[in-house]
Amino acid sequence: MAGGNRLTRVRRRFSGRAVWSGLLVVFSSAVVAETQFNLTRGVTPTSREVYDLHMLILWICVAIAAVVFAVMFYSIYAHRKSRGAVPAQFHENPILEVLWTVIPALILVAMAVPATRAMINLYDHGDADMTIKVTGHQWKWKYDYLEEGIGFFSNLKTSDDEIQGKAPKGDNYLLEVDNPLVLPVNKKIRFVITSADVLHAWWVPAFGWKQDAIPGFINENWAIIDKPGVYRGQCAELCGRRHAFMPIVVVAKEEQDYRNWIAEQKALRQVQAASADREWSLAELMTNGESVYGTTCAPCHQPNGRGVPGVFPNLVESPITKGPVAQNLSVVINGRPGTAMPAFADQLSDADLASVVTYLRNAWGKNSGDLIQPSQAKSAKQQAAK
Amino acid sequence: MSVAHAEHPRGLSRWLFSTNHKDIGTLYLLFSGIMFLFGGAQAMAFRAELLQPGMQWMDPLSFNQFITIHGLVMIFGALMPAFAGLANWLIPMMIGAPDMALPRVNNWGFWLLPFAASFLLLSILVAGTPEGGWTMYPPLSIVGSSGKVEIGGDLLIFSVHLLGLSSILGSINIIVTILNMRAPGMSLMKMPMFCWAWLITAYLLLAVLPVLAGAVTMLLTDRHFGTSFFSAAGGGDPVLFQHIFWFFGHPEVYIIILPAFGIVSHIIPAFSRKPLFGYSSMVYALVAIAVLSFIVWAHHMYTVGMPLAGNLYFMYATILIAVPTGVKIFNWISTMWRGSMSFEAPMLFALAFIMLFSVGGFTGMMLGMAPADFQYHDTYFVVAHFHYAMGISPVFAVLAAIYFWLPKWCGRRYDERLAKIHFWSSIISVNIAFFPQFFLGLAGMPRRIPDYPLVFADFNMLSSVGAWAFGASQLLFFYTVFKAVRGGVRESKACVWDGARGLEWTLPSPAPYHSFVTPPVVK
Repeated sequence: MAGGNRLTRVRRRFSGRAVWSGLLVVFSSAVVAETQFNLTRGVTPTSREVYDLHMLILWICVAIAAVVFAVMFYSIYAHRKSRGAVPAQFHENPILEVLWTVIPALILVAMAVPATRAMINLYDHGDADMTIKVTGHQWKWKYDYLEEGIGFFSNLKTSDDEIQGKAPKGDNYLLEVDNPLVLPVNKKIRFVITSADVLHAWWVPAFGWKQDAIPGFINENWAIIDKPGVYRGQCAELCGRRHAFMPIVVVAKEEQDYRNWIAEQKALRQVQAASADREWSLAELMTNGESVYGTTCAPCHQPNGRGVPGVFPNLVESPITKGPVAQNLSVVINGRPGTAMPAFADQLSDADLASVVTYLRNAWGKNSGDLIQPSQAKSAKQQAAK
Repeated sequence: MSVAHAEHPRGLSRWLFSTNHKDIGTLYLLFSGIMFLFGGAQAMAFRAELLQPGMQWMDPLSFNQFITIHGLVMIFGALMPAFAGLANWLIPMMIGAPDMALPRVNNWGFWLLPFAASFLLLSILVAGTPEGGWTMYPPLSIVGSSGKVEIGGDLLIFSVHLLGLSSILGSINIIVTILNMRAPGMSLMKMPMFCWAWLITAYLLLAVLPVLAGAVTMLLTDRHFGTSFFSAAGGGDPVLFQHIFWFFGHPEVYIIILPAFGIVSHIIPAFSRKPLFGYSSMVYALVAIAVLSFIVWAHHMYTVGMPLAGNLYFMYATILIAVPTGVKIFNWISTMWRGSMSFEAPMLFALAFIMLFSVGGFTGMMLGMAPADFQYHDTYFVVAHFHYAMGISPVFAVLAAIYFWLPKWCGRRYDERLAKIHFWSSIISVNIAFFPQFFLGLAGMPRRIPDYPLVFADFNMLSSVGAWAFGASQLLFFYTVFKAVRGGVRESKACVWDGARGLEWTLPSPAPYHSFVTPPVVK
């Protein structure tokens, strides 16, 4: 091509056509199947319908963009002063203007049809086989199996060392939890979603949707998981300092495996309740306490106990952890209204509560020798509940 | 007409007490430039944290504070004042008026901004620095991560009030000027497109800024005076804030883009040497976009749990905006078609605007599809979309405008070679910075997170490198403008660009301190 200055020749090389054809190749290749570039097709009816809608709209947009940019780039090439182009003076064309108003409107109507169908299906949460209550907390999720009467918290399992770069990052970095949500496949599961504090959002991309968790309100959504597997997601509404650190892990099992798991969980709770009745040694309390602290307290008060100045109190130099045991228990059980410290009465078992308070009073060189038995923790909780 | 004040004041009092639209325009543009550099520096900082997975140097709370202030500074400190500055410089000259209708209000409207910005930046230094994103959703904006109500949030609220007041004063001035001071013979349907764009934008601002003020005042009373507008425990609803905020917020994005549309409608015809295609359709399209912008707000809230009918309605209304927006894109391309184009810096930026805004617009359509939005919402797909639509595109329009009109303003030419280097490095780096973010969002990366799972690492690195390159490119812009103003080749032609049309191009370059002291007659 002889015509044009250097810049316009460069421009032509990076033409819209080349860019868009490149993208077409990318989108149509097997790479698309991986989650590096595109939505996942997922494992529920919603996720598949959403994926198909997404691809439809995407192709329509790509097609229109290709045409529009092609026209634009052709004009840039052909209608240049340096090529000797003489400017025309037309500035209207009623037929064309009507066409390019009406045709896009018709395309919009065409797009709205599958979108409406998908929307109606997304809202179809009736006739469920089971219900899971999801509660967002700062900064973890709580899951309650309403028909089974069991519930638990689900905390990030990735260690602080990995986050700070002191240990190599595992494959599921920031996407792993201590207690995943276990669900059966091929059952319609209704999710009721709320929050205990600020806004959160529960999102599992493989399910095809996210839903806001709003304190004082209940949102609903549903899923039928069509194959066993592990599905990971993250909180999707800014909820404060650890918004990035409260993932969601769903383990979907065949129905029999799920029923076995439920039975195990119920048995486990009986064992835990029983263990609260015996005497624990200091060593046992410290070991368990360290683990509870790491999962439950360290996200705010930091692994070294020194908190975040001005935001989360220092527990090493704290009148609470150095003062009367009763007050220490009370703060953990009841929280501190007017601050971010929530009430942990429902979140910590008697054994865990006793262990973590023991840990607070003996860790970081304090070695006070204070020892709180699970039975003490239990009566402290009962006192508080009065 | 007697000129009782100094013919051409000098010194500090010139700038502090100016009632001259040109000086006030310059003040707005300088303020905007400083804010743009500050917001940009913040972006360079948090993109450094996002370069790799893991927390390298920022506390997660600081990261959230950085992105919050970044958004507020860019929208309220950089973009809106930039367009206000262009309005001040250009509207009187374009309509053949000697100045704005309300020159002292003009001065006040500007000088509110440094005070408002000071409150905002002061919030960084005190307890309770805003951390909830520029959207300030409660309950997080009532008590932060610390669980306490602290002064940082209140400084933000006061800042927003002052910023809003500044824009309201500017809007009143613009409307009164345009409706009353056009030269004889300039009917509304002969008025330049930039003036139409600003006339409509000014009405949008008047309509929605009081709503924002109401929303943040309710936050203030929830924080300190025992109200529970946004607390379910007290009978209120956090989602109420979202509705009120986005009733402001959606028109706000059109407030940001309409003046940019106006600028592009001047530059494309000038460098195509051909009249704007479909002037009346362009005006009607602006009006349609503005009207539609009021009735679509909840597309920002598809996942809050609105009833089915609500989500469906907002989806249908949202996708309608494609029609008038498409009309504008097609009209610009038809202006180019069979023109005689040259590609100086203003034209390059204007053409890039069309492409960048189209990417923003198409992805906006995708986001408007409510069921699909249940996947896209609160991910990097949204971040990329709004940076294309209301981050990069308006910035490119402002850059185009400055290159285009600078010779008129100061009678000096900018270095075309430097400007082209600025253009190419900007357009390439900005796409490297933001296009990968679409893929990140689709792949599942939420927004407003300082650390991320490993699968997102590659594109985050790419995005950070692109962002830094874009930041560095803008330094070249400031240098180019500074060099031009201080000692560029003198421009003495009134009509600097041979295809440019409009009353401002009949004035000498540089334009006299007081222009159109007697109104011209427009045929």
